[in-house]
Amino acid sequence: MSFDVPTDRQYLESHEWALETDGVVRVGITDFAQDELGDVVFVELPDVGEAVTAGDAFGVVESIKAVSDLYAPVSGEVVGVNDAVFDAPELVNDDPFGEGWMLEIDPSGDETDLLEAVEYEDQIA
Amino acid sequence: MSRDGDGRETQEGGAERTPHGYTDYEQARWTQNGTYEPLLSEKDSTRVEIGDDVDSPLPEGLTREELTLPQLSEPELARHYTRLSQMVYGIDTGPYPLGSCTMKYNPKFTEDVAALPDAAVHPDRKAETVQGTLEVLYRLQEYLGRIGGMDAVSLQPPAGAAGEFVGIRVAAAYHADNGGEERTDVIIPESAHGTNFATAALGGYDVVSLPSDEGGRVDLGALEAALSERTAALMLTNPNTLGLFERDITRIAELVHDAGGLLYYDGANLNALLGRARPGDMGFDVMHYNVHKTFATPHGGGGPGAGPVGVVSELAPYLPAPRVRRRGDGNDASYELFDPESTIGTVHGYQGNWLVLLKAFAYIARLGDEGLTDASAKAVLNANYLASRLEYEVPYGPFHHEFVASAGAQDAADVAKRMLDYGVHPPTTKWPEIVPEALMTEPTEVENKASLDDLAAAFNAVANEERETLERAPERTSARRIDQASAAREPRLSWHALEDR
Repeated sequence: MSFDVPTDRQYLESHEWALETDGVVRVGITDFAQDELGDVVFVELPDVGEAVTAGDAFGVVESIKAVSDLYAPVSGEVVGVNDAVFDAPELVNDDPFGEGWMLEIDPSGDETDLLEAVEYEDQIA
Repeated sequence: MSRDGDGRETQEGGAERTPHGYTDYEQARWTQNGTYEPLLSEKDSTRVEIGDDVDSPLPEGLTREELTLPQLSEPELARHYTRLSQMVYGIDTGPYPLGSCTMKYNPKFTEDVAALPDAAVHPDRKAETVQGTLEVLYRLQEYLGRIGGMDAVSLQPPAGAAGEFVGIRVAAAYHADNGGEERTDVIIPESAHGTNFATAALGGYDVVSLPSDEGGRVDLGALEAALSERTAALMLTNPNTLGLFERDITRIAELVHDAGGLLYYDGANLNALLGRARPGDMGFDVMHYNVHKTFATPHGGGGPGAGPVGVVSELAPYLPAPRVRRRGDGNDASYELFDPESTIGTVHGYQGNWLVLLKAFAYIARLGDEGLTDASAKAVLNANYLASRLEYEVPYGPFHHEFVASAGAQDAADVAKRMLDYGVHPPTTKWPEIVPEALMTEPTEVENKASLDDLAAAFNAVANEERETLERAPERTSARRIDQASAAREPRLSWHALEDR
């Protein structure tokens, strides 16, 4: 089975992706992660205005099989939350790199070890 | 029937019973217009008017003059419940080899005992008027203490998980009194039951996860590395969730005690050891008993349960209050409640769930030393016999009362769904994760050889089926494949959901 790994963004070993646009970092989970989890039924995220720390858990994703922590790629302030995934968690399965995004962070500088697409592809191969 | 040389009854023709295979099974399926047997309120919802000529002492806002109630005849009601009973599966229908849960048969006589008029005792009665009740509780404390090798027992916790929590609170109270305030860690093998991690976290401890060694047991090197002056306890299940006996248990106990920690025994798998080995003798300091797994009380499922806790004498002063003790001997014996001196408090009303405890007492008393030892031996024998008949690989052994087979290239969840079509309950699946596509199987002592052969035939039939067949299953049950994602995303948790239909 092969999974999408878009080259326009970076990845965490823990299967989150990070995409920087105009100084804001958008975060979600990868195609591989959503496939491993199976049907996502619940997502718990921080509120806008809260601070997150690079490498620390910022939220929880729950599927019919497992409950997993979500890890932040960068430190900073939460400036956007994808409310749509609360009502329709299946977005995470259907479009993990697009409409299934979770968080937008205004980065303060610190970041954790990020992988390039090709490195992440090796990890899940 | 005839009698053999020893006067025992033997069956004519011995092995001439039908050769065993999987059951040709089709579960009843009562549906109407695509929905299951309607609810009583859906069958009839007559408005019953009481009228306003009834004098009620209640305030007006709390009374009503009419009510919607199903008006059904006795046969309608009997058919409703009979149909429902035909669409469920339980231990009275067939084998239930759900590993880790120990779904043994609960002998019906324990229900008779619990239904005796003398068992219905108001919990507020004075001790001198309920000496018989207190004697039963006292003797159960003693039985459990002797079976587990523990010095003192509290019957109060109302479930296994509650027992774990009490055990950890007792350990914390002990450490607090013995200069152990800095002990913040509870070490738990990664293959342990999920409740262990939850218990430690709820008890305010940091969880230190311990990897297994190649053989599936506690890795002594990893344990030594994890132990420190911060260790409050190691929580261990023995035999562990793979059914393997922790052979190094005395060394493990030594290491934990040398570090100043306590050794906690999760009683989930005590059914494998009855009469042969005792946690107390292995060096455990505190344990809980799952009476629903080991002593044939009903699995709680959210209802009343019991999870007694046993401890060594050093920890006895911290047990929940009250406990029962005896004064005097023989005809002068009397029983009374007392509060342990440094008790962590009361964790449940009175003595816990008395009628559940009474069933456990009845089971232990009826089986006795030999019966319990025999039950345990048969649980181990049955697991080993069943495993020997399976075409699925069992990677870890030697195991005791349960084993974890691997579904290999098949999806364990699909295997489970397909087994339903053969009229048996499937094993626990996909856990522990140390075995790929795990089929965690525990037939318990109650199945005989014929039943185990049928069960093995069901396993093996599924083992040889195509992926497409498995993915379509179940096809012969009243309910077909459940849409788990929708059930979790849009849960209907009460009858109020009916009003939205």
